[in-house]
Amino acid sequence: MGDIAIRVEEIGKKYRIGKAEKYKTLRDTLASAFTAPFLKVGRVLRGEAADDTGPDDEIWALQGISFDVRQGEVIGVIGGNGAGKSTLLKILSRITEPTTGFAEIHGRVGSLLEVGTGFHQELTGRENTYLNGAILGMNKKEIDEKFDEIVAFSEVGKFIDTPVKHYSSGMYLRLAFAVAAHLEPEILIVDEVLAVGDAGFQQKCLGKMGAVAKEGRTVLFVSHNMGAITQLCGRAVQLEKGRLTRSGSAGEVVAAYLSSVAGTELKSSWSDESSNPNGADVQFRSARLLSIDEQPLSIASFNESPLIEIAYEVKVPIRNLSVTCLLYDSMNNLVFESMDTDMPEWNGSVREPDVYRATTKIPSSLLKPGRYQISFAAFVEGVRVFARLDRVLTFDVSGVGCTLQPKRSGIVSPVLDWKVCRFSENGQMV
Amino acid sequence: MKESVSVIRIEPTKGWVALQLQELWAYRELLFFLIWRDVMVRYKQTALGAAWAIIQPVFTMLIFSLFFGRLGKIPSDGIPYPIFAYAALVPWTFFSQGLSQASNSLVGSANLIKKVYFPRLCVPIAAVTSGLIDFALAFIVLLGMMLYYGILPGIKVIWLPVLLLLTLITSLGVSLWLSALNVRFRDVRHIIPFLTQFWLFATPIAYPSSLLSEPWRTLYSINPMVGVVEGFRWALLGAETAPGPMMIVSFLAALAILVSGIFYFRRQEKTFADVV
Repeated sequence: MGDIAIRVEEIGKKYRIGKAEKYKTLRDTLASAFTAPFLKVGRVLRGEAADDTGPDDEIWALQGISFDVRQGEVIGVIGGNGAGKSTLLKILSRITEPTTGFAEIHGRVGSLLEVGTGFHQELTGRENTYLNGAILGMNKKEIDEKFDEIVAFSEVGKFIDTPVKHYSSGMYLRLAFAVAAHLEPEILIVDEVLAVGDAGFQQKCLGKMGAVAKEGRTVLFVSHNMGAITQLCGRAVQLEKGRLTRSGSAGEVVAAYLSSVAGTELKSSWSDESSNPNGADVQFRSARLLSIDEQPLSIASFNESPLIEIAYEVKVPIRNLSVTCLLYDSMNNLVFESMDTDMPEWNGSVREPDVYRATTKIPSSLLKPGRYQISFAAFVEGVRVFARLDRVLTFDVSGVGCTLQPKRSGIVSPVLDWKVCRFSENGQMV
Repeated sequence: MKESVSVIRIEPTKGWVALQLQELWAYRELLFFLIWRDVMVRYKQTALGAAWAIIQPVFTMLIFSLFFGRLGKIPSDGIPYPIFAYAALVPWTFFSQGLSQASNSLVGSANLIKKVYFPRLCVPIAAVTSGLIDFALAFIVLLGMMLYYGILPGIKVIWLPVLLLLTLITSLGVSLWLSALNVRFRDVRHIIPFLTQFWLFATPIAYPSSLLSEPWRTLYSINPMVGVVEGFRWALLGAETAPGPMMIVSFLAALAILVSGIFYFRRQEKTFADVV
């Protein structure tokens, strides 16, 4: 701990956006058609922007951003779409210049805003490995040394000497990531685009990121995946409309961020009937995710057992009515389905008109850290669906309290109660 | 752990920026890989492959010989017309190919420019220098023609590397201007065919520069390709006219284009990622 790795001071970035042309007479249009090119060329030679812009055509993608990152720290950057995360990464990667302020970077930087940058379709896997490695900032000696490792990691095997245009998209992505994963800068800047591809690939990416973080390197990580942020990062900053609005421990910032967006994502209660997206006979009243002490929750620790609560009103007597809850992970896998009539006493009974509140606990130490969504439906098996609520609850499971290695495959990661015995050499149980 | 940690300062640059050519040196391996890539992919999936490097100048030479040499009776300084034209076409083809490859190079590498930092100068430089392979192939044909016509170059041939350098400086200088302009104005793409055609006739390829009298001839070599073409003929074919003052003028003009090109390129560089 101690030395500064990245120092960001009052960084701002202004973009010019095109303005819709005002209506002009034909004569004006013709006149400007003749004069505009000359004015434009004059402006360009002076190094100004070619487009005719006034102050109202400018938007600040970033404004007054300041923060420090210490060496060995893993910092997450979160925020909604258009918050300026990508612009920040581009500035810190030196792809584009800030308009105001400055940043200092102490050490060799590697930035991964994309995997497979500069891959050429006509070149073989081997050739692309060298080309891509060089583009990411490795020298030939480094690539030579790591080449076998990269090929092994990518699992492309004998296809390494085939032009990549013949690769499947999975192979292409694996090779591209393998090269990126073997980049060893002192400071790593990573965009969430890394987390594309199938679940296995995503897991591999995150696993590798975790390993990099453990090696004591400085990592700046941008993601929408709150689970990944809490799992990997010690600290986080939140951007909102180009400004830094929150900074602190990853858990706190993520929790605050999630509750601030809750207004849009956790719209889960309908007081009046007109806004209720349901059928006439069964109406959902509210859906919530609660902590064990019944406080509304948007992020749950891995070893915590959150409560699902659904309230609904039944208007007419219905036999065999069930309300089902479907839990999806961020890769859109259906993790499980569970019904409020799973308990045997409900078998074949009639629901009288009333308001019902159904709650259940999601077992702790089961869901992998990540983002989840829950849908509900009220239905009678094989007869009809009375009402449904799609993706009405969104929540994250953080890595807090998770003792499993991060690279665990599978949709769920239950902590099972293993009993391990040992046989000594003579076959006796010890 | 406290080694000499390199500190990069990222801040807005104003006006004319330092050239920082030492940074280009630091990225020489990447430059090498980009050149290598351009060479590797140049003739991928073509039926004739590298033969294209020879076909273009050879066929132009045949057409010029027929129309300008045979029918037009254009003088050729006492040298057989076909080799007179071809000796000029070899550096010319390198120049015009370099121009068209390089002017689109930045736009063609948009994906790279938006995702990774490296000195953007690498891109047009790689596009121009990768043409040296084609130049070498076409040059071998020139040597064959010299054998056929029984022309032996004298000691003057030692100037050839200097002439090649002049060709490289000219191509690079013009390419830097065009590639940087093309990022903002895609008009450049439409200008290139017109420009190269115009330039072809403004250069003594189909005719000798001895058609002009001094001082116009020296003035004419403000077009650096004049110095290149006359120099090639002088060094290889023993053309009588020593292009001394012409060479100096061409060199100065080429350097002016290159230096201004680098400055303009560096000035525009910071906006490439936002505009391309």
